[in-house]
Parts: sequence; C-alpha cells; structure tokens
Amino acid sequence: MSNFFNKSDLTRQDADKIVSETLNNCDDGELYLEESKSESILLDDNKIKSSNYSSDLGFGFRAISNEVVAYSYSNEISKDSLKNSSENLKSTLKSIKGTYNHQIPKSNKKFYKDINPIEQKTLDSKLEVLNKVNDFLRKKDGSVKQVTASFAGEQKSIEIIRSGGEALTDVRPLIRFNVSVMLEKNGRKETGVFGIGGRQSYDDYLKNDNWKTVCEEAFRIASVNLESKPAPAGEMKVVLGPGWPAILIHEAIGHGLEGDFNRKKTSAFHDLMGKKVASEGVTIVDDGTIDNRRGSLTIDDEGTPTERTVLIENGILKNFMQDRHNARLMNTRSTGSGRRENYRHIVLPRMRNTMMLSGNQTQDEMIKSVDRGIFAVSFGGGQVDITSGKFVFNCTEAYEINNGKIGSPIKGATLIGDGPSILKEVSMVGNDMMLDPGIGTCGKAGQGVPVGVAQPSILIDKMTVGGTKL
Amino acid sequence: MVKDQEFLKSKASYCLDLAKKMGATDASVTIGHSISETVNFRNKSLEASDRSDGLALSIETYLGKRRSSISSSNLLDENIKTLIEKCFETTKITPEDEFNSLPDKNLLAKQISSLNLYDETRFENDKKIKYLKDLEESASSDNQIINTESSFTENKSNFILANSDGFCDGYKTSSFSASCVTVAKDENSMERDYEFSSKRHLSDIKQATDLGKKAANQTIRKLSPKKIGSEKISIIFDKRISKGMLSVFASAISASAIARGTSFLKDKIDKQVFANSINVIDKPDIIKGMGSQNFDSEGVNSNTLQLIENGILKNYLIDTYNGKKLNLKSNGRSGGTTNLYFEKGNISFQDLMKKNSRSLYITETIGHGSNIVTGDYSVGATGFLVEDGEFKYPVNEITIAGNFKDMFKNIILANDLEFEYSVNSPTIMIEGMTVAGK
Repeated sequence: MSNFFNKSDLTRQDADKIVSETLNNCDDGELYLEESKSESILLDDNKIKSSNYSSDLGFGFRAISNEVVAYSYSNEISKDSLKNSSENLKSTLKSIKGTYNHQIPKSNKKFYKDINPIEQKTLDSKLEVLNKVNDFLRKKDGSVKQVTASFAGEQKSIEIIRSGGEALTDVRPLIRFNVSVMLEKNGRKETGVFGIGGRQSYDDYLKNDNWKTVCEEAFRIASVNLESKPAPAGEMKVVLGPGWPAILIHEAIGHGLEGDFNRKKTSAFHDLMGKKVASEGVTIVDDGTIDNRRGSLTIDDEGTPTERTVLIENGILKNFMQDRHNARLMNTRSTGSGRRENYRHIVLPRMRNTMMLSGNQTQDEMIKSVDRGIFAVSFGGGQVDITSGKFVFNCTEAYEINNGKIGSPIKGATLIGDGPSILKEVSMVGNDMMLDPGIGTCGKAGQGVPVGVAQPSILIDKMTVGGTKL
Repeated sequence: MVKDQEFLKSKASYCLDLAKKMGATDASVTIGHSISETVNFRNKSLEASDRSDGLALSIETYLGKRRSSISSSNLLDENIKTLIEKCFETTKITPEDEFNSLPDKNLLAKQISSLNLYDETRFENDKKIKYLKDLEESASSDNQIINTESSFTENKSNFILANSDGFCDGYKTSSFSASCVTVAKDENSMERDYEFSSKRHLSDIKQATDLGKKAANQTIRKLSPKKIGSEKISIIFDKRISKGMLSVFASAISASAIARGTSFLKDKIDKQVFANSINVIDKPDIIKGMGSQNFDSEGVNSNTLQLIENGILKNYLIDTYNGKKLNLKSNGRSGGTTNLYFEKGNISFQDLMKKNSRSLYITETIGHGSNIVTGDYSVGATGFLVEDGEFKYPVNEITIAGNFKDMFKNIILANDLEFEYSVNSPTIMIEGMTVAGK
C-alpha cells in the first residue's frame, strides 16, 4: 500500500482539512490519490525490442454540485498543489451550493491480492519465456515469418479521501501476456493474435508451460486465415462462439446502458427501462466481483464496493450501470461502476465484466439450423454509436455456414447491427458460457479501462455481414 | 505557467549526467510539461471544468548495443535517481541488439526556425464559457436538436529533448480546441454528429456560432435514415473520412511495419501504389501547422518528403532503429508523419458528386476495420445516397469493404483541399467498392 503522505510537505491532516473545506458546500466529490508502477517487455522480429518501466504518481480532486463537475489534477502531491486545485474547484462552483452526501457502502470482500506482479517474476525469467515463444513458433512451421510476444504488468495503489476524512484504499495488480504471429504462404500473409491475463501474478497464468497454449492458439488462427476466402456481403444468420465474441454484448448493449448516456437521454435505451429489449432467455449482468478477473474491482474509483448488476433479466431491461454522480441525478444508487483510467481523468460509469448467462441449447443445434450464414469464433475490436444504436465489430476468425454445415474460413469482415433490436434477434442461447481470456480494454471519452466479457454460443437470426462477395 | 526551457534543461542534464556516472555509454531524455484547462457545456449550461497540470519524463539508457527505458511523472531528484538506477540495471541484462543506437550525429537538427507554434494568449474560463454559450445557442436553434454538448480546451506545453551526443533542444507549443456534439430526434430516429476546430493560435479558431450551426446541420440531415441493399457502388468519402485513409497509408509505410514485413506496401518503393495523378506530401514546416515540428522525437532534422509522386511510392517514414535495420537513413519521422496531405485534385466537389448517376457519400465510419498486413478494409458506415449530384436520403447500418491495394489505385481527388488538421485530404471518390446492407 502506498503512503501518499511521506512524499512532500503534505500531511494527511492537511489533506483532510483541504478536502473537507473544499467539499463542504458541494453535493459530492473526493480527493483521489494514485501511484502506479508498470512495465512492458516486448519481443519482436527475433529480438527483445523494448523493455520499459514506468512509475506514475498524482492526484485528482473532484467537486460536484448539482449537475456541474469540477476537476483538477496534478502529478505533484504537495500542499501548494492541492491548495491550487482547491481554489480552481471553488472558482468553478462558486455560485452553486450543495449538501455533501457522506454515505458510501462498505464491504470487506476482496477480489484479488495485494501483490506487485512486476516484482514477482525476475526480468531474466520474463525474457526467457519470450525467447522460448519466439523459438517455439519459428521452429513449428516454415510459414512463420514474424513473431511478437509481450508482457505487460502493473500495480496500481489508490486512496480516496472524502469530506470528513473517510479514506478508502485498494491495491490492484494486472498482467497481460500476448503473442502475435504472422504466417506467409504462397505470397499471402495473415496474422493470428492471442493473449491471456488478469489480476494475478504472471506465473499463475504461465504455469505448466501455458505459454505454449497461447502460441498454438495464435498460430491456429493465422493458419485458418491463410485459407480464408472473401466474406459474403448482406444480411444473414450469425452464430457466435462462446467467450470473447461477447464484445458484441459489450458494444451493442453495454455502452447504451451506462448511466450518463441515459441521464442525458442520448442513449437509444433511455426510455426502455422495464421494457422488453431482448428475446426471452437472454439475461445479461455486469459483474465486478469475479475473483482475479481483468474487469473486477474490489472498490470502484469512487470507493463504492463493486457488485453483480443485473442489466437485462429474461429479456427485460432492469438496471443501468451507475457512478455516484449520475445515480444521484437519476435518483438511484451507484452500482459500483464509477471508473477512470487514472488520476488524470474524471470518473464515468463504465462496464466491468459484462456477461450473457447460459441457456440450454447446444452450438451444434445452432449450426444445423442455419441454411446460409456465418459462424464467428473470434473478434478484434468493436465500436458503437450510442445515439443511433448502431454497432460494429470485426471478425478475426469466422467461417461460412452452408446447409447446416461449417464451410471454409472467411476473411476478416465487419459485422454491423442495431443495439436496441439485436438481442430480439437472438433465437438460441447456448449452454456453454465461457469467460474471455482476459485481454479486453474498453475505450470511452478517451479513457481506456480493463474489462472482461463472457457469453455462451448464440444464434442471431439477422445481422449484416460486411464482406466483399455479393 | 508552463515550466520554462531553463528548468527543463537543468532536469535533463541532471538525468544525462547521472546516467553517464552510473556507466551508461549513451542516454537520451525527454521531459515535457503541459497545462490544459477544459470547460464543458451541456444544453446551454456549465457541466464541468477540468484543469490538468502534468510533467512527464522518459529516459533511455544504453550500454553498448543494450538499451532499456523508463518513464515517470515524478521529477523529484530522489525519484529520478531511483528510476535511472532501475533503468540501467535493466539495460545490463537486456540482450544486445545491433541496431540500437542514438541517431547519427550529422542528422540531428541544427537550426531551429520559428514555426509560430505557440500563442501565449490566455483564454480565461469565463471567456470559454461565453464562447460555449454562443456555440450552443446557435447549435440548438432548431427544435429537432434535443441535446448539445460542447467543450473548449486550452493547452500550453513545453518540452526538452536531450541526448549524450550533445543534442539539447525543445520549444513551446499551444493549442486551442472547440468541439460540439449534437443529438437530433424525429419520430423515426435519434442521430448524433459533431464538428470541431483545433488550432495553434486562438484567433484561428472557428467562430462559435458557425461551429454550432454546422454540427446541428450535420446531425439534422441524418434523421430518418434508410438501409440500402448490398451492391457494388462508387463511394464518395467526406474529408473527415478520406484523411483517415492517409493515416492508414502512413502506418503501412512506417519503417517499423516495413522492417517487420507486416505491411501490404512492403517492397513497393518506386512502384505504382496510387492512381498516377496522385501526390502525397508530408511537410513539417508549415507555419502554425498542427503537425509541424522542428525535429522528430529523436532530434533528427525533418524535411518535406514527397511520399507519393505521380502515384509512385518514393519514401518510407524512417526512424533511427528501423532505418538501420533497412539500411536506410532516418528521415526524421520517428513518431510518424507531420503535416500529411494529398495534393488537391482537379475536379470540383460538385463535379465529383455528379460523376456517377448514383453514388454513396460517407460521413462517418465505425470499427477498426483496416488491416495493414493484408490491406483488407471493412467498416460500418453512415452517409447519404447521392443521385444526380444531390443528397437523396440518409443511409445507415451498412458496411463498406474493399482492399487498399485496389482502393488506392482508384482514388479520384476533388480540388477542395484545406489545411485544417495535421492530416488533410480533399473529398475523394473510389469506384467499385462493395456495400453490404439489406
């Protein structure tokens, strides 16, 4: 746990005093202190291309009254700097008065350990794994022309000081191991990427030579793509595999259910609370409480313990995801979804681990039911236009389905759909829910935060596939 | 106030001296300081203010051909010392790489000419508030606009780049940015669009009322969109999309993608890549240019590069490391392009719109559908169906797809190039792309 008060002339008593005095006449707000240590080590083109270590320290001071949020940050933790920020906040809010809400729920549960993953594995042994990955893949097949492998590790310590001196702390480890391979055969090049990670030490993920599994998967995806044909264009049935394809849920539904867009009525979902937005049998939750997952948090960045929030239950819209600010203005409670990339950014309601729960059909039944369509197994990134509800994501591994049988692999194509209606097109929900491997980063308003997704196989009756073959 | 050159220089030389003292054979350091203030408005009232004040330090230490780096926001001498120690310890056990080195001394920038990138004008928050009020007043004048959000950001930065070969230089830059996002609604749909303006000097920022009006008009015209069928069709790309294609081109000719063999433009130097009427230029010395620079992120002098001449690829974007790997000299593009643009074409916007009896005009794309290894392109899109040179109706929930190798050869440029951003393109048309819709 970082001690933020041995770094300069700022004592805890000073901080408490400035915070209380600044927030006295405000509705909410806090001083957020953060220290992070991170590393990234990259092997590329047969060499250790870079090894970077980074340390970051700073505070973000927030005051909220009515609908106005004033924010000021600095990476200098000192009495002067905090006082300057305080003046800045007061000048923005000078004419708006509020009543401070001291209530914040408490919990003793923790969803990961206070470790520093960077220190738990020596640099030498990290370099050794990366070199093994390179040798393994290059020896595996003559078509391997490029291998990139990387480690990224981080420990972030935060402390939240609220008016009245209440302090809340959290230490968050996070790691990611990634392999990308490019194959070349008959003049064609294709890449395959796979990664794993979460809030444990590197070796929790790499035990039993698990790095080989990651290599094999990246290689398999690239090999499939070498044989891929142009993707079809037009509306058709789409079967999504379990796990990572749930970024469809994240883009199509998740963002539209974030509190801020609904308070501002700019989300296509803002007037659909309590209404049917999905087929029966579709239940979606956003869960920050799964042990060691990439999107899990013991407390959110406002200090609220996270929870499992039911968003859609059996097709009916039940809840939005809320931070304290939007919850207060919408007369509801925070769901522990207030997050920020780091102290440089304001808090926004964000997703944690977004999951569609299992139904009782099998993937086989889904494939067999499709005359013409595609089977999408893995995706790259996605994006959504909150207001129109249109969302896209890019297939990185997909196959044609013809007359109930899986056919040839198809080239990377974008799928596009309409968020508020897509879940009504779900006609089968599989019994095979799977979590993603721990690699997701969600972007919103220029802030990236780690997230997770999960889903079973699902059949969507109608979606537009953006291939080139008419 | 943003920290001055003297302060940054003294910190930089402290770092270099320390690294040398510890035994580093070479070192380089970048220190930057940036202050920005943003005011956000929503529906004609103040929503948020945000002030940021941040220092950033990054250091690379070398031991012969071994190299590693650290970065931090904490500039206390004690912390810097701990970090450099850690960095150098890491350097010692990082394997050698024959291409690691500081840039060649004779390529380093020598004379720094003023590009007028800093405007010291202070635009107080009260003035920002007045600007945003005017902007939103104008943006919300049509009753179909149901939500407006806007922001004004003022930024002042200073930096210093120094290395153990004696390079030590930096300069102040400023930027002023205003943006507006509007939401419009009718009985069939709800749509969003935006407009923004970003300049080095305050006086060059678009008029608040013009900016608001433009955002609103661009949103309202998108209402009640239709989905069209899947077909081959000519596509006209609005400037804000066509400049994105230049960015894809730039990443495909970066020396790192070429050296790694992961670009569809590898081995294409002196070969036809675009239609033969096309010229692409990267010009670092545009006065007040958003992408202008005196030297690149390694201190290497950067001159104007003709990347595409009559459709032929003439240059890659080269940094020191990847240059050495390719046996080419750095051309001052570590950190990418500067002010990148297509030279304007010779057909007017109106004539481009009328070129085909039916075409699709794209104003927005979503998704990360550009693959620079294969050149494959597939993205979600929003726009308008054009018939006989006129917008017929808005279109959405479609995708457009093709391959850059073919698309680049079929680009037709309009003559409406303007220098607004760091990447600029006229409106372009590409014939024969695939649209997937119904």
